[in-house]
Amino acid sequence: MTVEDLQELAEQEQQRQEKFTNRLMYCAAAGCVSCGSINVRDMLKKALAEKNLAATVEVVGTGCMGLCGEGPLVKVLPEGTLYQRVDETVARKIVEEHLVTKTPVKDNEIDTSHPFFAEQMKIVLENCGRIDAEKIEEYIAVEGYAALARVVTEMQPAEVVEEVRKSGLRGRGGAGYSTGLKWGIVRKVQSDTKYVVCNADEGDPGAFMDRSVLEGDPHRILEGMAIAGYAVGAQQGYIYVRAEYPLAIERLRLAIKQAERLGLLGNRIFDSQFNFRIDLRIGAGAFVCGEETALIRSIEGRRGRPRPRPPYPSEKGLWGMPTLLNNVETYANIAPIIRKGSTWFAAIGTPKSTGTKVFALAGKIRNTGLIEVPMGISLRKIVFDIGGGTPEGTEFKAAQTGGPSGGCIPAAHLDVPVDYESLSSVGSIMGSGGMIVMDSTSNMVDVAKYFMDFCKDESCGKCIPCRVGTVHIHGLLERIAQGKATTNDLPLLEELCMMVKETSLCGLGQSAPNPVLSTLRFFRNEYEELLQEPATFVPSGTDTPPTTH
Amino acid sequence: MPPTTTTPKPHPSGDNRFKLLDRAITKHQSRGDALIEVLHAAQGIFGYLENDLLVYIARALKLPLSRVYGVATFYHFFTLKPKGKHTFVLCTGTACYVKGANKIQHAAEECCKVKFGQTTPDDKISLVQARCVGSCGIAPVAVLDDKVAGKLTPEGAVERLMAWKNEKDEVTA
Repeated sequence: MTVEDLQELAEQEQQRQEKFTNRLMYCAAAGCVSCGSINVRDMLKKALAEKNLAATVEVVGTGCMGLCGEGPLVKVLPEGTLYQRVDETVARKIVEEHLVTKTPVKDNEIDTSHPFFAEQMKIVLENCGRIDAEKIEEYIAVEGYAALARVVTEMQPAEVVEEVRKSGLRGRGGAGYSTGLKWGIVRKVQSDTKYVVCNADEGDPGAFMDRSVLEGDPHRILEGMAIAGYAVGAQQGYIYVRAEYPLAIERLRLAIKQAERLGLLGNRIFDSQFNFRIDLRIGAGAFVCGEETALIRSIEGRRGRPRPRPPYPSEKGLWGMPTLLNNVETYANIAPIIRKGSTWFAAIGTPKSTGTKVFALAGKIRNTGLIEVPMGISLRKIVFDIGGGTPEGTEFKAAQTGGPSGGCIPAAHLDVPVDYESLSSVGSIMGSGGMIVMDSTSNMVDVAKYFMDFCKDESCGKCIPCRVGTVHIHGLLERIAQGKATTNDLPLLEELCMMVKETSLCGLGQSAPNPVLSTLRFFRNEYEELLQEPATFVPSGTDTPPTTH
Repeated sequence: MPPTTTTPKPHPSGDNRFKLLDRAITKHQSRGDALIEVLHAAQGIFGYLENDLLVYIARALKLPLSRVYGVATFYHFFTLKPKGKHTFVLCTGTACYVKGANKIQHAAEECCKVKFGQTTPDDKISLVQARCVGSCGIAPVAVLDDKVAGKLTPEGAVERLMAWKNEKDEVTA
């Protein structure tokens, strides 16, 4: 495959698509599939055949279109009309009314000028809902692999690293470390063997951003990883993906095969000296494996337990070799940065947090689904304009970001800009992008207990503060929730939280008390209402003996 | 050594399932670091990881049995006990939790008379909890025999569980 071949392939595919008068895009992501989008596809095909339109109208399965709560979704191209809650009857109507008599199906049409769509800015998700994830040609037709071609044929590795650094891109896994700096460190380490690893172990409950990207646009990740491989000098990549995402695994397997067949992965990519392969590693349901050192252990086929850092994986990672580890969304940003330039990317968002962020909006909110917004947008805009606010009759109480490592942001801080620094200033974190909205019916002590229950189960048991501390924090919260705790227990809870936070080995333990601390900070009254005056001193936690993991 | 809770049954020679497992092991060149992949394959073929199966894998990959057992018990995805005919996986992720997954949990436990993580005595239904299945847009969600059911209500869950419960035993099952 040469650069010319790639262009030819893109043109061929564009011409093929232009032959169709209409293209019916149905959402084939996990959410819509479970609402019955496969039946919708069959009905669309059947209705088209009946109207003799099968040759001129194409039915295409795409990645997530965003509005998951109103699925299954169908988009009619080239008009761009979007239909919600499409069942078999509506599918037939779309063919018979929209395509044949040219009158849109009013009842199911979505107003795309609604803020849900208008306020969004799509970079990572630009191809989701636009291409068939299972066809590499469609990805190539929308400038896919053009960035890789340019990098391999025109740029020096150091230039690639510099371009990424100048873009200001920061790790989208949640910690927010500068991606360019990380690439620079791995590039500078002297070693014959290096690895590029993609962290697709999206373990935070309530987060499905990475899943949607992997299902809707898998080639973008492969391209981003290959560019990273070229920049840091690695020849082998691994994608570590959760076993809970069977569709994503299937699509990635297919994508790797297609890319290898066309020579976009493998030896001498674009007739250069650059070789790069990607293998898939399937997780097995351990939250801690999202931590980088634990993830590396898991790829090596061992128990996913973290180890102290330094040495960081960029020096000693997979099998002791320098390893570049980035999140799915980080790799998804690479190809557009190379294609459109770092200046373009750096102009989006805020000076310190550039680009966009994908959020999975869920919970007590009208428009649930996947959104991508420029950094620095206010939380109020996300919740009330894009999300449409809480359901009727209830009031917004808090937005939870960052999953079990994050915190709850109360209504008083709704105007906080969504960027790395501002979110941590209100006691939460950017996290990987889960955003759960809670309304007046949610009890915050219960929420804190829920997350602590999660961390207690998921603690790997290697270090004592996390293994024992989470059990005791959970026990204390249980006592408080049951109304058995006294005013002595609250300071104890805080002390224990700080201890676990400061002394745990890895990110899981260090951030596990965050939901408790943040709810204590903003909703302390809910805790205090449940407390009693101490009659006599009872040592706390005695009714919940520590259990070993 | 793992605790020998089940009486080891001799594997009939020529069990085709072992042929499939051997193929998966050969695909990874019997490398020890492919242990998790091999365990996935084994669970896919046999349904669960019996002690004998772990011994078999340890020998094939030339790993200490303690390593194989350690990995199999570390990850939630692997199960060392057989599952029921049907599995009801309830998502307890944050979005489902906020939307009332615990009500479904109580209803399901009441209906099946077992707790989550257990299988009914007649081996028909296993109740399983998942942390997040990533379909938060249609919360609360359960996965019934690999089919995702969204916007589930306690009544809806009970209805489906009852359908499984009242299913007639098939000889071929």
